[in-house]
Amino acid sequence: MIVVEGILQNKTGFHIRPAQLFMEKANEFKAGIRVKNAEGMEADGKSILGLMTMGFEYGSKIIIEADGDDEEPAAKALLDLVNSKFGEE
Amino acid sequence: MAEIRLSGIGVSEGIRMGKAIRYAHGVQNQQFADIAEAGVAQELKRLAEAKEKSIQETEKLIEQAQQTVGTEKAGVIAAQKSILLDPTFCPEMEKLITKKLFSAEKAVEQIVKQVAAIFENMPNEYMRERAADVKDVGSRLLAALTGAKDINLADIREEVILIADDLAPTDTVQLNKKYVLAFATQKGGKTSHTAIFSKTLGIPAVIGIATGFDQVRDGDTVIVDGTGGICIIHPSEATIRSYSEKMAKESKAESAWQAYAAQEAVTQDGHRVEIGANIGTVADARYAVEQGAEGIGLLRTELIYMSEASLPDEETQFNVYKDIVRVMGDKPVIIRTLDIGGDKELPYLKIPKEMNPFLGYRAIRLCLDQKPLFVTQLRAILRASAYGRIRIMFPMISGIEEWRSARAIVEEVKGQLRAEGHVFDETIEVGIMVEVPSVAVMAAQFAREVDFFSIGTNDLVQYTLAVDRMNEKIDYLYDHFNPSILTLLHTVVQAAHAAGKFVGMCGGMAGDPKAVPLLLALGLDELSMSATAIRKVKHAVSQMELKQCNALLEAVLKMSTAQDIRLKVDAFCAENGI
Repeated sequence: MIVVEGILQNKTGFHIRPAQLFMEKANEFKAGIRVKNAEGMEADGKSILGLMTMGFEYGSKIIIEADGDDEEPAAKALLDLVNSKFGEE
Repeated sequence: MAEIRLSGIGVSEGIRMGKAIRYAHGVQNQQFADIAEAGVAQELKRLAEAKEKSIQETEKLIEQAQQTVGTEKAGVIAAQKSILLDPTFCPEMEKLITKKLFSAEKAVEQIVKQVAAIFENMPNEYMRERAADVKDVGSRLLAALTGAKDINLADIREEVILIADDLAPTDTVQLNKKYVLAFATQKGGKTSHTAIFSKTLGIPAVIGIATGFDQVRDGDTVIVDGTGGICIIHPSEATIRSYSEKMAKESKAESAWQAYAAQEAVTQDGHRVEIGANIGTVADARYAVEQGAEGIGLLRTELIYMSEASLPDEETQFNVYKDIVRVMGDKPVIIRTLDIGGDKELPYLKIPKEMNPFLGYRAIRLCLDQKPLFVTQLRAILRASAYGRIRIMFPMISGIEEWRSARAIVEEVKGQLRAEGHVFDETIEVGIMVEVPSVAVMAAQFAREVDFFSIGTNDLVQYTLAVDRMNEKIDYLYDHFNPSILTLLHTVVQAAHAAGKFVGMCGGMAGDPKAVPLLLALGLDELSMSATAIRKVKHAVSQMELKQCNALLEAVLKMSTAQDIRLKVDAFCAENGI
C-alpha cells in the first residue's frame, strides 16, 4: 500500500466536477483507492458520492491511499490531479 | 364547488385552462415489506433490472435535455448517471437485501434517505441542494421497481394542466408542450432550474404556491395564469368567461404578431429600429432567431457561471460563445461580461453577505478585483470573435476610471492572444451598459471613449428612483415612465449620437410595447428584449409614425409626473392600436 498527501487548492472545493474527475481517474486503475481527510473520515476514491460528502474545501488536507498492483502510478496520477487544481484557476 | 384562487410566482407567461392531472414525483409514503430468505436472489435481480432501466432512462433524458435546454444545463442530469453507477449506491442496497432481508424497494428508500441526509447536513448550500439529485435518482429506481404506477410525463397524450408538489429538472425537460398546456407547483423559486426550463420551453407556469393543492383532483378544471402568477381551481362560470376572453385576446394578438417575426421593425414613415434579443444560452439563441431577433443585444454570461459547480474554464466558455455566435450567423452578438452580485449569487465565489448588495461588490467591480477570472472570460470571448460579429460590453460601470481599467485589460488580453497565435477580431467593439445614473449624467464624456452604449433600464430605474424593485410595498414607485428616467434616456441618446456612437437598450423597457413610441422618438438604434416580446414590439413599431412619436415625446418631456406621462402614452397607444 502506498499513501500520499496533498492540499486541495481549488478555491471552489470539491464540487461535482472535481469529484467526477477524481473518480474517473481512480477507476482507471486496478488498485483500491481510499481517500481520508485530516479528521480521519474516509471514503472510497472510486465513488463520486463518497468524495463529495467528505466536505473537502479549499486548503483541506487530502490523504490518498492506493492498494494493489498499480498502486504507485495510481497514487501519483491522483496526487497530480489534486495538484493541478483539477484544471481550474 | 367553490372557486379557489391560489397565488404563486408566475415564471413563464401565458394563460391556459384545462383538466388537472396530479403528478406525484416518484412513489411516496408507501410502506415496503421485508422478504423471506428464499427471495433474496429474486430481489437482487429486480434491483439490477431497475438499475439498468434507470440508467437507460437517464441516458435518454440527457439526450433530450441537450436538445431542449442545451448541453450546459444537461450537466445536472449527467451527474445523476454517475450516482446510479456509484459503488456506494446500488451495492449498499444489495447489502441490505442480502443481510437484512429488505425488499428492493425498502433498500432503495433506506439508502436514498441516508445519502440525501448526508448532503442535507453539509454546510455548503450548493452541496445541500445535491440532495434533490439523489432523491430524483431514488424516485426513478422506485418507479422502475414498482412498475408504471408513475405517470410517464413524456407519454402524456391528452391536453392537461400538470399539478405537482414539485417538478425536478428531469421532469420539466420531458414535458411535451403540445399536451402539457401549463403547470403549477407547490415548491420552487424564481431562479430554480424548473423555472428557467419552463421559460425556455415556453410552457406557462406558476410555481411556489404555498397551500391549497390538496383540493385538486384529477379532471378538475384549472386555470394557470403564468402572467399574473395565479392558479384557479374550480373556476366559477364568471371566471371562466373572463379568462376565456383574456385567452382569446392573447391568442388573437399572438396570431396577429406572428407575421411580424420575419419582418424588420419599420414605422409607417420608414424609420427602422434594430430588434435584438436578451439571451443566456445556445437554446435561447435558437429560439430568439425563430422569434425574429436581428441580433443579440445582451448575452447574460452569468448563466454559464450559474449552471456550473465551479468557475467555468476558458474552453467551456469559448465553446458556449462560439456556439451562440454560430447560431446567429452574421448577426451581431453583444456579450456582457460577468454580472454577478446583487440578486445573482455564485455559491462558489463565496462573496460575503452585504447590507446593500445592489450597491456593493458586484459586476465589473468584482471583475476588476478578481482579474484572473476576468481575463479568462475575455480570452474566451475574444477567441470566439473569430467566428462571428461579437461586441464586448461591461456591466455596472459607474465612473470613467472603471471603464478605462476594463478597456486596458481587453488590450492586454489581445496582446496575450496575439503572442500565442490565436485568431480574433482585432477591431472588436467595446462598450458599456448605462445603468448607473452617474454614467447617464456624464454620457457625453463616456461617448468620446466607448464604441457603444446599451441602456439597462432595470437597474437605471432602480438606482435613479432609489426603489428596490423586489420590495412589494414600494414597487408602485418603480416606473420607467418617470420623467427623470425619460430625461436621462434623452441625455444618453443625444450624447451618443453627437459622438457618432451606437446606442441600444436592453432593459425591460425595451420589451414594453407601450414604451415603443417614446423609444423611437428618443432615437435608440436598437431595442433588445426577451425573445417572447419581439413580435409584439415589431408589431407596435409597424403601427407608428415617427413624426407623431416625436410630437408625443416633445409633449411628454415637459410633463412632471409619471402618471401624466402614462395617461398621455396610453391614449397615444390606444389611438395607434397598441
